[in-house]
Amino acid sequence: MSALAISPLHRAARFWEAPIGKKAVMAITGLILFGYVIGHLLGNLQIYSADHQQINRYAAFLHNPANAIPLWVIRTALLAAVILHIVSAVQLWLQNRAARPLGYKKKADVPTSYAARTMRWSGVIVGAFIVFHILHLTVGSVLPVHEIAANEPDVRYNVITGFQNPLVAGFYILAMILLCMHLYHGLWSMFQSMGFSHPRYTPLLKKGAALVAILIAVGNISIPIAVLTGFLTL
Amino acid sequence: MRIILHIWRQRNATDQGRMTRYEVPNVSEHMSFLEMLDVLNEDLIAKNEEPVAFDHDCREGICGMCGCMVNGVAHGPLPGTTLCQLHMRHFKDGDELYLEPWRARAFPVVKDLVVDRTAFDRLIAAGGFISVSTGSAPDGNAMLVPKEKSELSMDAAACIGCGACVAMCPNASASLFMAAKIAHLALLPQGQPERERRVKAMVGQAGQELFGSCTNIGECEAVCPKEIKLEVIARMNRDFLKASWTGREE
Amino acid sequence: MQLDSKCPTGPIETRWERHQFNLKLVNPANKRKHTIIVVGSGLAGGAGAATLAELGYNVKCFCFQDSPRRAHSIAAQGGINAAKNYHNDGDSVFRLFYDTVKGGDFRARESNVYRLAQISLNIIDQCVGQGVPFAREYSGYLDNRSFGGAQVSRTFYARGQTGQQLLLGAYQALEKQIGRGQVTMFPRTEMLDLIVIDGRARGIVTRNLITGKIESHLADAVVLGTGGYGNVYYLSTNAKGCNATAIWRAHKRGALFANPCFTQIHPTCIPVSGEYQSKLTLMSESLRNDGRVWVPLKKGDKRPPGQIPAAERDYFLERKYPSFGNLVPRDVASRNAKQVCDEGRGVGETGLAVYLDFAESIERLGASVIKERYGNLFDMYERITGEDPYKVPMRIFPAIHYTMGGLWVDYNLMSNVPGLYVTGEANFSDHGANRLGASALMQGLADGYFVLPNTINDYLASTKLEKADTSHAAVKEAEANVNSITQKLLATKGTRSVDSYHRELGKIMWEYCGMARTAEGLKTALSQIPGLREQFWRDVKVLGTGEELNQSLEKAGRVADFLELAELLCLDALERNESCGGHFREEYQTPEGEAQRDDENYSYAAAWEFRGVGLRPELHKEPLTFEYVHPAQRSYK
Repeated sequence: MSALAISPLHRAARFWEAPIGKKAVMAITGLILFGYVIGHLLGNLQIYSADHQQINRYAAFLHNPANAIPLWVIRTALLAAVILHIVSAVQLWLQNRAARPLGYKKKADVPTSYAARTMRWSGVIVGAFIVFHILHLTVGSVLPVHEIAANEPDVRYNVITGFQNPLVAGFYILAMILLCMHLYHGLWSMFQSMGFSHPRYTPLLKKGAALVAILIAVGNISIPIAVLTGFLTL
Repeated sequence: MRIILHIWRQRNATDQGRMTRYEVPNVSEHMSFLEMLDVLNEDLIAKNEEPVAFDHDCREGICGMCGCMVNGVAHGPLPGTTLCQLHMRHFKDGDELYLEPWRARAFPVVKDLVVDRTAFDRLIAAGGFISVSTGSAPDGNAMLVPKEKSELSMDAAACIGCGACVAMCPNASASLFMAAKIAHLALLPQGQPERERRVKAMVGQAGQELFGSCTNIGECEAVCPKEIKLEVIARMNRDFLKASWTGREE
Repeated sequence: MQLDSKCPTGPIETRWERHQFNLKLVNPANKRKHTIIVVGSGLAGGAGAATLAELGYNVKCFCFQDSPRRAHSIAAQGGINAAKNYHNDGDSVFRLFYDTVKGGDFRARESNVYRLAQISLNIIDQCVGQGVPFAREYSGYLDNRSFGGAQVSRTFYARGQTGQQLLLGAYQALEKQIGRGQVTMFPRTEMLDLIVIDGRARGIVTRNLITGKIESHLADAVVLGTGGYGNVYYLSTNAKGCNATAIWRAHKRGALFANPCFTQIHPTCIPVSGEYQSKLTLMSESLRNDGRVWVPLKKGDKRPPGQIPAAERDYFLERKYPSFGNLVPRDVASRNAKQVCDEGRGVGETGLAVYLDFAESIERLGASVIKERYGNLFDMYERITGEDPYKVPMRIFPAIHYTMGGLWVDYNLMSNVPGLYVTGEANFSDHGANRLGASALMQGLADGYFVLPNTINDYLASTKLEKADTSHAAVKEAEANVNSITQKLLATKGTRSVDSYHRELGKIMWEYCGMARTAEGLKTALSQIPGLREQFWRDVKVLGTGEELNQSLEKAGRVADFLELAELLCLDALERNESCGGHFREEYQTPEGEAQRDDENYSYAAAWEFRGVGLRPELHKEPLTFEYVHPAQRSYK
């Protein structure tokens, strides 16, 4: 008689110990964060609305104290996803670095693997950017955050004034380019990590991942460009 | 043609090791890469210098014994080719080549370009087999295998265990090697009974051997002399995830 | 010395079964009290080690490569024969037996060959069970192809990598036993001497190739599955490391060496391209299924093949052997290739090649079918020669490939030294004077999986072995012998490298003892070899020390043995005044130029006893009798 000799908790711990388990955690948390990136982009693009208050109304909706519970549930989930994503990545990185103590004098790389090989750097920079981005537009410790009323931030004002600073805009654009690379690799690699690969679909998947990643980057980058070129003004 | 070589020389496992420059004049384009090294070694012996130690055996691309990094690429520049099958017609006069041994914590250098790959054997010993006592198998045609499955299985089974995947992988991961064996056996009906045990045991062993892990970069696939596809790693991941969450035995 | 083959008598169909019943068994609890040494990890050694361990014996397995998976069995391409008759084309155990005895030119034991044909059925089942991905039809059933020397399709294959897949099956079984602790594996360890105590093989002396440490291992029986001696020719299709040291040193300890002159030349190899050539690459003779062999009709015709019209081509195999055509056995195909080259009709820069042309098959079947069948071989050819065989015909030439001779063994695979078993290519048993294609894998696995594990019990059960440890005088003597050889090689500090001697020996052998031999040529070789050997020991240059990985030292020991074995090979060839199978003496041929056997005087296995280096060995004859297949001139016309 066979039995489940192992508790679910123990099972999860052993899963986490295995590199393939960690990659699965990265894939799932990556997917959650990808969902957030899409949602965030849709929010951002409202800045182009002819109705200048559109984006501010959206912000006010999110900040409405009545929505506090769902907001914090989502924020907690996102935070957990970020932490798991980063912790897995760091642990794998350390293990993998230890797997080759002495490097090559000369090492060639496969050109198509550039995005994959630079995941940790694009990840670190995007991570730093996220911190900056929250400090800038949510916490307000970079530039003062304007509010129309309590819990009703003037997003349009904050974004446009922020991006009028070329350094802020430049960092934003750089981060979005790296995010694009990170997403490109992450989006198809997530399928590989979860065990899906097929000679017919994987190449399509890679193309699709590139397209989605580029669209996201273009959508986001368009905003500082629009500000800097004077297309978006207060 | 004349070839300039920078070769990793290391007397033994504890020696520091260093790159040393050599010149081989009069290389014929019809020589194999290893024949070019033979010529170098004969020259060195004539000069009372110790020849370069390198592993090789069948010299027809199937035993998996040979291999080193040539200008940072495992088995050199020609895709789908082991070092012994690489011919000098792919190089030109005056080329400078850097030869280094496979580098990984799990593959310690024995001497010069020779490394210890017994970690691969231990991965197989952990579970890379189908248990069938001699004489107990039913008739060969008792179990049908669809041609497509059989071909896919053969694609994976073509692995020669040379270690180029580990050498090339920025993480020194043995995933391609391990996954090739797992896929070979998991694609066949005979391999089903031990499928979950196998993947768990082999993945566990890879961790103990201090190989790195797969981050889906694909450099292994690019240098594999038998052109084994990254797809096998996805299969391994799928089997492992399934076995981890649904497996009942401990 | 009386050679007792221990072959059972009576109806051939039941000989093996009756013999097995008469063999003593070792009960399961007692098996773990026995230790068996297996040297070599190829199909014969690896399969044997895995099976013996599975039965419960303690096994110590040795190989010189870094992993048991590298053994040269891995390079066999074409396939493995089995009399399954899955294709209803008239095959049977008896037919496989018949083909093998005939293919071996009536110089093999009927009992052994019949057993081999019977076991061929079990081998396929075993390998399928292990997960060997044999080629399948769309229906999921096993596919077969035809092969040289047979008119039925009985060859099972896994693309062009059959040997690899079968070896990996055996290797995986072996690794499983290593994982269980039932086998202790010693990779990068070379056997350098046999330890004989009270007339019985009790162990081996080895050198750890990384540390140089000389060690002795004792056991209740020793199995040698160390392959053939084709590298005595320097250029051969064998792997660079293949060597005869294990069997040769066992020979020097008393094991008889049988039929050394039976060497096989493989017709479809890639020709030599220059002096630096280090080995020859074989391409599976399955290529002859769809390729047509030809040379220009005219001597010295240097036109590119495409410009030679059909009428000016000589498809010499099809012309001379209409019923087998391009599928004649290896020796016949090789000799004919040599003949046309000797006539000055060879092709390529050196004139030492014939064409193997696929143009017609490509036209008939389409390039995609040819690619599916031979894709990897075509790729390999292109990688080595830089020519595309889909567009220009391949150039091929024969090369030394396999050695039918080896240590003499009885029906139980035991040599004349009690406790010393010899399996696979290392023994002489099953192929007679010529081996048919796809039969080497069959023999290696038959010996390893099915014969040895059944026969070794009998010896262990019926022999009372004295306790022995490594302080025994015989052990010390063997160790001293090994050490003195190593010291001598290192101390010589001469002027010429080991390879230069090996190359020179190879040239002598190929010239005088290759595809066609004459008494005069063999005498020349016999006069040159001792001189070369003497020069080797006086002037060889081995740098480095014995306490480290020293590849020159490893080679030196092997070449030293080849220099002795070569002499025996030539002597055997000289003594055998007939042509049979792979041994072709120009003096003995039919008016049509076919091999002419002399059954009256040479229907025996020649088993040679070592008497000392440079001394004439003693010949013992094991007469061969044929009850089921009556000797006739082999005809493939």
